[in-house]
Amino acid sequence: MSATTAGWLVLAAPLLGTMITAFGFKLLPGKTAGWIGTAAIAVSFAFAIVAFIELQAQSPTHRELTSSLWSITHTVGVNANASILVDPLSVLMILVVAGVSTLIHLYSVSYLEGDEGYVRFFAYLNFFVFSMLLLVLAGNFLLLIVGWAFVGAASYLLISFWYRRTTATKAGIKAFVINVVGDVGLVLGTFFIFRGTHSLDFLTTFHAAPHVFAKGSGGITAGCLLLLVGAFAKSAQIPLHTWLPDAMEGPTPVSALIHAATMVTAGVYLIARMHPLFQLAPAAEDVGAIVGAVTLLVAGTIGLAAVDIKRVIAYSTMSQIGYMIMGVSAGAYTAGLFHLMTHAFFKALLFMAAGSLIGAMGGNQSLDRMSGMRKALPFTFFCFVVGGLALSGIPPFAGFFSKDDILLQIGSRGGWYWALYVAGYAGALLTAIYTFRMIFRAFLGEPCAEASELIEHGHVFHPEQPTNPANGEVEDTGVGFPGPVHAIAERAAPMRIAMSLLALLAVIGGIVGIPKTTSWLDKFLAPTFADSTIHLHPSNGLLYFGLVLGTVVGLAGIGIAYYVWVVRPGIAPAVAKRFGFLDRLFVNKWYFDELIDALVVRPAAWFGRFAQGTFERLFVNGTLVGGTTGVVRAGSAAVRSAESGFVRYYVAFVVIGLAGIALYFLIST
Amino acid sequence: MTIAWYLAVSAIIFVIGAAGVLIRRNPLVILLCLELMLNAANLALIGFSKMWGNNAGQIFALIVMVVAACEVTVGLGVIVAMHRHRLPADVDAMRELRG
Repeated sequence: MSATTAGWLVLAAPLLGTMITAFGFKLLPGKTAGWIGTAAIAVSFAFAIVAFIELQAQSPTHRELTSSLWSITHTVGVNANASILVDPLSVLMILVVAGVSTLIHLYSVSYLEGDEGYVRFFAYLNFFVFSMLLLVLAGNFLLLIVGWAFVGAASYLLISFWYRRTTATKAGIKAFVINVVGDVGLVLGTFFIFRGTHSLDFLTTFHAAPHVFAKGSGGITAGCLLLLVGAFAKSAQIPLHTWLPDAMEGPTPVSALIHAATMVTAGVYLIARMHPLFQLAPAAEDVGAIVGAVTLLVAGTIGLAAVDIKRVIAYSTMSQIGYMIMGVSAGAYTAGLFHLMTHAFFKALLFMAAGSLIGAMGGNQSLDRMSGMRKALPFTFFCFVVGGLALSGIPPFAGFFSKDDILLQIGSRGGWYWALYVAGYAGALLTAIYTFRMIFRAFLGEPCAEASELIEHGHVFHPEQPTNPANGEVEDTGVGFPGPVHAIAERAAPMRIAMSLLALLAVIGGIVGIPKTTSWLDKFLAPTFADSTIHLHPSNGLLYFGLVLGTVVGLAGIGIAYYVWVVRPGIAPAVAKRFGFLDRLFVNKWYFDELIDALVVRPAAWFGRFAQGTFERLFVNGTLVGGTTGVVRAGSAAVRSAESGFVRYYVAFVVIGLAGIALYFLIST
Repeated sequence: MTIAWYLAVSAIIFVIGAAGVLIRRNPLVILLCLELMLNAANLALIGFSKMWGNNAGQIFALIVMVVAACEVTVGLGVIVAMHRHRLPADVDAMRELRG
């Protein structure tokens, strides 16, 4: 089997899974749909491995393989085939996406148990993975845009999965609208590039671009900036990030999928894929790097103040994606993708652990309610700590190597990139603090009521009356609301297996890129980035300094968290009161929602009302519609009056008419 | 005798018939006037037929008579139905189909 055939089969498996679960939803009893969905993605992962092996069998200079299924629009002079590109970058992405998604599906088999929308959930989930695989395997801009839009649609379906929760439907709409802003950016950016290169195909475009566009010229800079808009919307970078925390309204496995495998990594992939174009537009690269750095700091500070445990993890995702965007925008492609991979492992793990924790809390997500869950949920606690250590960048966990690799590459560029280097380590300190704030508050301390019920009576807490954790509205357990069962990893084998595997990967995932020892990922991705004009050669001194600094910063963050939330628990409110302004800023998420509301939503709504009052009422309703009906009405009134009902009048008309015609012919001859 | 005399008689009968249809209100009389018009046309047909020495016009006149017979049957049927429903024998009184 060739690598491209395997690539097509990677796409076919989840599509087939979607169809089976979607069309057979009435015929699939119990957990059948869950197992079908999991198997579909597992098959996809197996073919991704085949593609990997086949690709490695090629010589390094021939590792960019394309394959087309159909010629769609050759006739208008544009090559827009349904074609895929299998190269080291896309193979790395399909391995990560399919691999992590398999485990998330496995976890969902138990997590969604008892939910009325069980089969629907797996149909959506498979479709989501299919869309993301299509996005990363696309061999031209057309298919990329299709996958890009599919991912947005699938995220809308899944965020609003519990569709009777108004908060969930609102969050879904928000995510969809912001993603459409990104879609528009991507499409417009594609037009800018297409105008120069006259090709939609990736490889043709990349080869042609340096000859067509002068470095730093207006066309390519505008195109790349518009591509960045798409990347920012998908990857939740400032200022298009506000959908991501709201997306926590979806079921927890969806959060894991969005944050770890699909969706938010698409922006990072886009910039890495388009690196030959971005290298022609240094201004766009700088914008990406700066926005990434700002995002990682802003998200880190909000993470310090958030009390919803899933939102804390969501902001940590935003912050970590900021590192990746900063890395790939600054030319540290391999490092950025390395972090993408390790982040997929530990972020999926953290969300799964959070899901188990929320299950034990009977659906409640507030850190204020949780405490002392350590004894009640030993396995979840273990997973949470492993994920937290990896996220905080403590050696030898996966996140340590990848995060330091990004910062090392950025530091080695010198100049103003040092500011990004410092921001990165400041962000690392924040990361360690908010991660362990979350762990200490949820797991240490006196056991809360839910924890003691689990420890003493051995059953998971279920509230008398289910409520929406976001606004306290009373719910039932029918379709459109969460089901009656709350699963915890300690009781459900599929959840435990998925989390164990991810915990293992979060520990050893860094092995592919240990500096000076293993640089497997560097070697693997080298063919894709061989044409890169940015060559970074960090010095040994900076490397060792970075590794030590990363460790110290991570441990210091954990130490601060331990002091503030365990040793002196009263200190946090006092500090918050002392710096009231900052506290309000962080709790209100830097007022980004309000800012967007004031700058975009309200003017748009005002303009809509204005247009309705003037344009629509006067011009459309008054002139166009009113004028047409008036003319028709007057005409029909004139004709109608001729219909007097007197038959003899009609006869007279006929006779006079015939006489007139006869006279005409008589005169004309 | 030239064709003109035949045509003149035909035209006079046709005009009498048309005027009758236009000014009379009794449906029975209107039907009679319609017959006048048809037969005026027949006279013209036969006159032309004689002039050209072509029998097609005579055959056509026979067909017109068949049609006239059918039309009279239907027309008289309608008039009988009107009479049975005690409707006035006046075409101007029946103007429900006005616009």
